[in-house]
Amino acid sequence: MSAAVATGIAAAQPARLVDVDGVTKCFGTEDDRQICLESCSFGIPRGKLTVLMGPSGCGKTTLINLIAGYELPDRGSVRLEGAPVAGPGSDRLVVFQETTLFPWMTVYGNVAFGCKVKRLSQAAIREKAERILAKVGLYAFRDKYPSQLSGGMQRRTELARALINDPKLMILDEPFRGLDAMTRELMQEFYLKLFEETCLTTLFVTHELEEAIFMADRLVLLTYKPGQVKEILDVDLPRPRHFSMFASKRFFELHDHAMSLLVEESKKAFAAGCTSAFDQIAGARPPAGG
Amino acid sequence: MSSTALELKRSGRALRISAYVRGILSLKTLQGVSTLVAFVALWQAAVSLKVPYLSNLPYPADVWKSFTDTVVTRAYWISWAVSLERIFVSFLVAQVLGIPLGLLMGISRKSKDILFPVFEIVRPIPPIAWIPLAILFWPTEELSIYALTFIGPFFVIVLNVMQGVANIDVSLKRAALSLGAKPGDIFWKIMLPGALPSILTGMTVGIGVAWNVLIAAEMIAGHVGLGRMTWEAYTNGNIPLIMVGMASIGVAGYLCSGVVRIVGQSCMPWRRRS
Ligand SMILES: Nc1ncnc2c1ncn2[C@@H]1O[C@H](COP(=O)(O)OP(=O)(O)OP(=O)(O)O)[C@@H](O)[C@H]1O
Ligand SMILES: [Mg+2]
Repeated sequence: MSAAVATGIAAAQPARLVDVDGVTKCFGTEDDRQICLESCSFGIPRGKLTVLMGPSGCGKTTLINLIAGYELPDRGSVRLEGAPVAGPGSDRLVVFQETTLFPWMTVYGNVAFGCKVKRLSQAAIREKAERILAKVGLYAFRDKYPSQLSGGMQRRTELARALINDPKLMILDEPFRGLDAMTRELMQEFYLKLFEETCLTTLFVTHELEEAIFMADRLVLLTYKPGQVKEILDVDLPRPRHFSMFASKRFFELHDHAMSLLVEESKKAFAAGCTSAFDQIAGARPPAGG
Repeated sequence: MSSTALELKRSGRALRISAYVRGILSLKTLQGVSTLVAFVALWQAAVSLKVPYLSNLPYPADVWKSFTDTVVTRAYWISWAVSLERIFVSFLVAQVLGIPLGLLMGISRKSKDILFPVFEIVRPIPPIAWIPLAILFWPTEELSIYALTFIGPFFVIVLNVMQGVANIDVSLKRAALSLGAKPGDIFWKIMLPGALPSILTGMTVGIGVAWNVLIAAEMIAGHVGLGRMTWEAYTNGNIPLIMVGMASIGVAGYLCSGVVRIVGQSCMPWRRRS
């Protein structure tokens, strides 16, 4: 029901915040061209949490780089509210798995960075930064450097550094990978709560199917080589989500369905890896007995 | 209240002093001291037993005597002052010119393409090989010494800073751009602090190189300075004084490296262990 309310609020504006439209992206040189994404299209609906899943190497991070504006597509377009994305901007902020906190700034300095470069007044910056630091529970650590924080705290600092800018789209690329199980669960809960309070449009990448279904409104599954959309699943579990939903019937159904699709693609990816490995071995060493 | 606070403070200081004394008497210092004693004993033995090739060495006591005689002279401390001044000025100029140049070459592809080939040709020439040219080129010997002492650390710092800028993680630049940073912010808030560790490495290596070149230059071209003092001891055949000169140069180099390290650490609080 609450999801329907959120759509109602956003009804005045187009339902999609981001359109990925026929995007093709290749890597490598002229003669060694690798197609990473090919004619990939999907939308990111406003006020929803979209989860992106697919086998390793299928192009999820590449897609994120395109949406964030770090790279440009070879063909097709990425549009934010109808306007093509031409470069990075604070309306789309990314938290990657690897920390991108500035090591030479304190937690406060990192969180305040976006406001400082926008030349807000010191008082306004302080007010905003301290409020958001309190929200992510890092107020007491504001004078620490990133290297002095635990992984979970670093991730929360990055979230705070992004959230202070009121982005239209929050992009999370496997943000909780590398955290221990307990911290991970706390972070999931933390982000879910934040999302359910604010309906901040989110694109979330993860390898964990449970995590994906638990968090998602929509699940976008990608294929491997070329990267295209295989299927989009609507996760119609009610919000607010709770860990008890892991035991619900609907959860199992969604899980089974998504799992069979993922396994199919992962097998393909694995087989592709094996083939190329066999090719290399065969190329390096002539077959025995020759 | 305040008296207890004072007492606490005092007892804190007493604790710190006792910890310091314990530090001095620790096993590690004991080991260090015994190695030193063993070294002097071996030296004494080598000279008294007339071990081949080592029998020309003076006795440790002779060197010590030469040292105590020398440190009370004005000339000795003038040598120190002159060498330190030369190092300070040349090293400073090398940093002031080298750091911006390194940053420029690290940030701008174009300036690197233009300038780097010159560097690649000139850099492999050991700084000491510049001595003859420098002496002929500069009007005074003093200027030649400054120029030579400048060249060594200059190349070191430029290359280190350039490499340091190039090694800054591209994801940090992207993150800053995403957050709305303008080119000026990227330079002052990302590039410069990101290159700071390499700047410090360049300075640490550079100060060593500067001493190398300075001593060689002083021996050939100078009238005063620690290098000159050692060289004059050689021309007078005064081996104990040569050794005093060498030890002084060692101490001077060690002190300068220490200063560079302390300055560097105070510039990079995020690197401090805590
Ligand atoms: N800058 C680049 N240059 C060359 N190839 C690249 C580059 N970036 C990505 N690729 C290739 O594109 C493919 C997709 O990479 P990408 O990082 O987007 O995958 P991913 O889905 O995020 O994988 P993972 O789940 O392991 O993070 C990979 O085969 C990778 O080797
Ligand atoms: Mg990835």
